Amino acid sequence: MKNLGEHRISDGPAVERMLAAMAGELARTRRAEVALRLVGVRTRGVPLAVRLAGEIERLTGEPVGVGALEITLYRDDLALSPAWPVLRGTEIPFDIERADVVLVDDVLFTGRTIRAALNAVCDLGRPASVRLAVLVDRGHRELPIQADVVGLAIETGREDHVRVRLRPIDPADEIVTVVRNDLTDHPATEARPAP
Amino acid sequence: MATILINGGRIIDPSQGLDQVGDLWISRGRILPMGGGFDDAEVVIDARGMIVCPGLIDIHVHLREPGNEEDETIATGAAAALAGGVTSVACMPNTIPAIDTQAAAEFILLQAQRARQANVFPVGAVSKGRQGAELAELGQLVAGGAVAFTDDGAPVASADLMRRALQYSRMFDRVIMQHCQVPELTVGGVMNEGIESMRLGLGGMPAAAEDIMVARDIRLAEITGGRIHIQHISTARSVELVREGKRRGVRVTAEACPHHFSLTDENLRTFDSNFKMNPPLRTWSDVEAVIGGLKDNTIEFIATDHAPHAREKKMREIDQAPFGIVGLETLVPITAKALIESGHLTWPEAIAKMSCNPAVLLGLVDKGTLRGGADADVTIIDPETRWTIDPAEFRSKSKNTPFGGWEVNARAHTVIVGGEVRYTRGGIVQHAGASVPA
Amino acid sequence: MTATNHAETAAAVWTRKHLLGLEELSAEEITAILDTAESFAEVSTRSRKKVPALQGRIVFNLFFENSTRTRTSFSLAAKRLSADTQDFTASASSLSKGESFIDTARNIEAMGADILVIRHPTPGTPHLLSQHVDCAIINAGDGAHEHPTQALLDLMTIRRARGKIEGLSVCLLGDIAHSRVARSNIHALKKLGAHVILCGPPTLVPRGWERFGCEVVHQLDEVLPRCDVMNVLRIQFERQQRGLFPSVSEYSQFYMMTKDRIRLGKPDLLLLAPGPINRGVELTPEVADGPNSAILDQVANGLAIRMAVLYLLSGRIEAGSRHRD
Repeated sequence: MKNLGEHRISDGPAVERMLAAMAGELARTRRAEVALRLVGVRTRGVPLAVRLAGEIERLTGEPVGVGALEITLYRDDLALSPAWPVLRGTEIPFDIERADVVLVDDVLFTGRTIRAALNAVCDLGRPASVRLAVLVDRGHRELPIQADVVGLAIETGREDHVRVRLRPIDPADEIVTVVRNDLTDHPATEARPAP
Repeated sequence: MATILINGGRIIDPSQGLDQVGDLWISRGRILPMGGGFDDAEVVIDARGMIVCPGLIDIHVHLREPGNEEDETIATGAAAALAGGVTSVACMPNTIPAIDTQAAAEFILLQAQRARQANVFPVGAVSKGRQGAELAELGQLVAGGAVAFTDDGAPVASADLMRRALQYSRMFDRVIMQHCQVPELTVGGVMNEGIESMRLGLGGMPAAAEDIMVARDIRLAEITGGRIHIQHISTARSVELVREGKRRGVRVTAEACPHHFSLTDENLRTFDSNFKMNPPLRTWSDVEAVIGGLKDNTIEFIATDHAPHAREKKMREIDQAPFGIVGLETLVPITAKALIESGHLTWPEAIAKMSCNPAVLLGLVDKGTLRGGADADVTIIDPETRWTIDPAEFRSKSKNTPFGGWEVNARAHTVIVGGEVRYTRGGIVQHAGASVPA
Repeated sequence: MTATNHAETAAAVWTRKHLLGLEELSAEEITAILDTAESFAEVSTRSRKKVPALQGRIVFNLFFENSTRTRTSFSLAAKRLSADTQDFTASASSLSKGESFIDTARNIEAMGADILVIRHPTPGTPHLLSQHVDCAIINAGDGAHEHPTQALLDLMTIRRARGKIEGLSVCLLGDIAHSRVARSNIHALKKLGAHVILCGPPTLVPRGWERFGCEVVHQLDEVLPRCDVMNVLRIQFERQQRGLFPSVSEYSQFYMMTKDRIRLGKPDLLLLAPGPINRGVELTPEVADGPNSAILDQVANGLAIRMAVLYLLSGRIEAGSRHRD
């Protein structure tokens, strides 16, 4: 699975430890009287949200709703892209009104994806609160957006790529960086960068 | 008038059964007998590698004058004829007003004389105003120069009127040309009726609409002894009806247009109105039948149905656009490509259908032949010059052709009318003083 | 099936600039539109039924023929995608003054239109237009030729009700010869593996349609028990005036979907009608409003289909590359 030019930062067990820590923090900060809902940003925010929710349920014994958010229609770079992405659809099987919503994504970079996700979530209803949980914060923000829960914060070059692979949609868990010039074409596992 | 020597060409004259390499001399507007000549010519044309044949005669063109000069005039149409290798055209009477009087026919001749391009012979209307009700003054039309009669565009729907026309025209031994189509079966029609019209949702014109009138008119010619000529035959069944009529001795003839032996209704899938004509493009089996008819001489004529329409008219929605395409400047290359290069006809056979036979049909005794004393109307064709049809180069005022962009091989090179070189693509014509090659 | 599953199976990526008809599309392309439409169906269930995807785009409805329903559906679809919309109807235009429809379209393009939605009584007009303007073109019905979005919404309705299209027997009932809805449905249904039955009097379903791979039947009652879907096409009364059937009442006697005929069919027969329906001619009111009828679902799905088509075509308009005067 490892590509030429990739540098692995975290392996499977390391990712597991990050997930456990993130779930622990979300469980700790959970408000008793308010529903907790995890909303994964497609594509890799979704398996991440599913696995976090499973861990939180194990810790608290209470069910946590999980949804999937399609943010393509809200992207600010849509008009610039040569071919528009296939839509995978928003699936939120619960009422978002008055819930504590946690947006979940794999990599936080410029913040533009999360800006789009915030707009998308707010078009679905009026949540009590929205927080943000990401596996990797790689810096280089272009908007005033910060994560509330972070698995790993790393320093990267502006042009580098950070890829996250997560079970079950990838064969194994890992976090890798790719230096710009060594980039090989593997869009399925690419973190969502800003243009 | 200059003495012309056409040197070393392949001389094809089906009227004399001639197909040989040799020299052809022209003097004082006449062909000299084969083998005759002078020591010197004022004009020498080097025709080596080319075909030299009697000037082509297109028995079916629309020149639009008077009435629709935005589409074509007699001058531009006759110039287009020359560029296509055609030295004489018979023009249809569906002008505004129709050519249904002696004066109208004489106007055509006058305009053609002024233009000094190809010869133009008017075809008079069968009925007054082409209304299909009363016979036009056929005798006076003949006096005005009409070489045949037709209501082309509007079929003579009345069997009774057609019968009278066939009877009456025997007085002048002139042929009645008919656009065979039962009008009520083609109301709202845009294209051939069949799987393609179903696919495209366009109004259909069934082959039977043509077949029924062909059958009727052959029968009427049979009982009257008149001469019926089936214009632009397009269906397999009609070809068979003509074949059978001839076998019975009926005075029936038929012409085919290049688009009807090279294109089909599948071309309409582009919704390009340059594929919209009447009769419509038919199916492959009809195309094959038309070619079969040309091969066994059931169809003795190739004519273009040259139908110019200004761009703004043709660029309409397909059901609003008028029927028809220009054809004069694509006659030779498309005929060569579809019939000769594909092995269906030889050059002499094709030339007979475009020259000798038309002259006989229209009674033009000194045309369509290279025998000594005949009018010096000569077409020189380069049969092997690869070129691409570009409507922008047409001399016709209108550019409505479906053949734009086609890669073709044959092309009219030099055209002589009445002993004058009236059209040449250059390079082979040498004037005064040039010595005769050995 | 969920939207996710549809999307995962949509192998085709949309590469076309225009939607002119369904005959030219592959099964994969048709499926891609249907799958994309599922995403937009979800948008229509939200409290705020609008997404910003087409912000700044201009969608022009260029209608040379009256159709309030289709035009409204396209307008609403464009608005839900945050595009600006403008209607242009031929009656109010300079067409009556001799301007050609190509000139009209070029003028509209010069106003900055990105997408032209065109309805025209002549087959092929959208195709012709696509050669003369740069903007994307959606055929919203061209004469008797095609009406792709209508057929797509019919397919979406069938797929949502039955979970599939392949293997179903779908009957198109009525005036096939003059129907663009029929043609688009035939092409799409055949490509997706349905068995297509055409039913109506021989003057409206003439010989030759078998060559499109359809079964042709003239007796509705014979074929009804075999049908999974009955798509009832609208009868235009002018056909009767042209003598294609003797009277509306005779037509209804043979081809109107009544309660009794519904009983002849399978219990879960899905009833579609592209509308506007003539109650008491093609359908009785009780059938139109009955449990088998999916007529209102069709209207809702039409919105999702048109959003999907606008979205997919917008993706092919290269930003800033188009020439504008």
